[in-house]
Amino acid sequence: MTMNRKHVLAGSACIVLMGVLLFAAFAWASNAGTDAVHQVGADMVKAGAQLGADTGVAWWVWPLVLLFFCFVLGIIAVLAGVGGGVLYVPLVSGFFPFHLDFVRGAGLMVALAGALAAGPGLLKRNFASLRLALPVALIASSCAILGAFLGMALPTNVVQLFLGITIMGIAILLLCSKNTAHPVVTKADALGIALGMNGAYNDPATGQMVEWKTHRTLPGLLMFIIIGIMAGMFGLGAGWANVPVLNLMMGAPLKVAVGTSKFLLSITDTSAAWVYLNKGCVIPLMAIPSIIGLMLGSFVGVRLLAKAKPTFIRYMVIGVLLFAGGKALLKGLGI
Amino acid sequence: MSDQIKVTGKASDEQITYANMLFYGSWSGLGLMAVTYLLYVFGIITPHIPLDQVPLMWSQPVGTYLELGHVPTGWGWTVLILKGDFLNFLGIVLLAAMTIVCYIPLIPAFLKRKELVFAGLALAEILVLMFAASGIVGGGGH
Repeated sequence: MTMNRKHVLAGSACIVLMGVLLFAAFAWASNAGTDAVHQVGADMVKAGAQLGADTGVAWWVWPLVLLFFCFVLGIIAVLAGVGGGVLYVPLVSGFFPFHLDFVRGAGLMVALAGALAAGPGLLKRNFASLRLALPVALIASSCAILGAFLGMALPTNVVQLFLGITIMGIAILLLCSKNTAHPVVTKADALGIALGMNGAYNDPATGQMVEWKTHRTLPGLLMFIIIGIMAGMFGLGAGWANVPVLNLMMGAPLKVAVGTSKFLLSITDTSAAWVYLNKGCVIPLMAIPSIIGLMLGSFVGVRLLAKAKPTFIRYMVIGVLLFAGGKALLKGLGI
Repeated sequence: MSDQIKVTGKASDEQITYANMLFYGSWSGLGLMAVTYLLYVFGIITPHIPLDQVPLMWSQPVGTYLELGHVPTGWGWTVLILKGDFLNFLGIVLLAAMTIVCYIPLIPAFLKRKELVFAGLALAEILVLMFAASGIVGGGGH
């Protein structure tokens, strides 16, 4: 990181901190007049809270557990080469007391935050291609809105059932798919040419410049309809689907497919996240430790990548996904 | 895309601009989120829903949470911005809005190079995301 960027970051951080502290001071000073309203609200909340089981666990325990759980999840996700979102939703909905509505809202925010953080580096190195992303992003993000709407409208057990099937399908896909580093694309199709889906990047591993183009563009774009709907419905990041479609179907080199996929998530998940946010499905108490935990875990995971055995961890993750998917399936069936 | 960019394999100017905006915006959002969360959980700013009440509702469907907690939907949270829990939405919304903000400079950049298709795609994406953000899209909670 250059000194200029460090200074700008530090400056931005100071300004943000000062602004929030000033805001907090103002809010604290003005809170005196809202105590009555707050008390009324608290009484009503207590009266209705009989619906929720009081487990006797202090309120801060679950956010703290979530923070550490997501930290570990972030490390594992990087080592296994899967997105944090695809692990977050099935595992948190299966083993934590949060309703699926809030898990999906938080899951989208987690996937979004990860994609936003990774995006700049990928774009600058040209591993993520705007030219490849823009057309598919429009389709996926539009369909993610539809998926989010469907996911909120369907009964929870039905969503759990479909989630379980999807997660198990993802596990099998991860097990069976063999991505190709440099797919052979003999000729770009007319749609690919019209959309300008081509480019080049400097591969640091070989030191060579790799030019690429795509084919099977229309079937690929149609696949993103399904991907977008699923991402919105289940609150999953869609990297598990983006990469095979971009790489195996459309012929983008693996590094471009992975980089563009990660960047694509920031657009697809944004549209779905807004729907869940507007519907009240994001509870900060659980969403923010999830985001921060996963982000910190991802940083550590990147540093451990050189020393870890990714293949073993990948198989372990596939096993965990099969288990979590089965659990969601049984939950959806009411078993 | 110009042949110059293609031959060198380097990212285009608009791609670099997008990356820079995304970098500063998303890390600002994450930093803001961390700060407001601390203000919230340490009780420095009183929340709308008492902290010990939230776990009683997060196992319930969102409709129950909205009803019992008197939680507004859509952009109604802005009315409660002085409350500790909803103050966190500033960082969350900043993250969610970053893509829209980063897309805006793409339009003039593509128009300048007469790449009308990409300019149109960028504009369409902005419209889609703003539509999602507006809260017009509704769905039943259950």
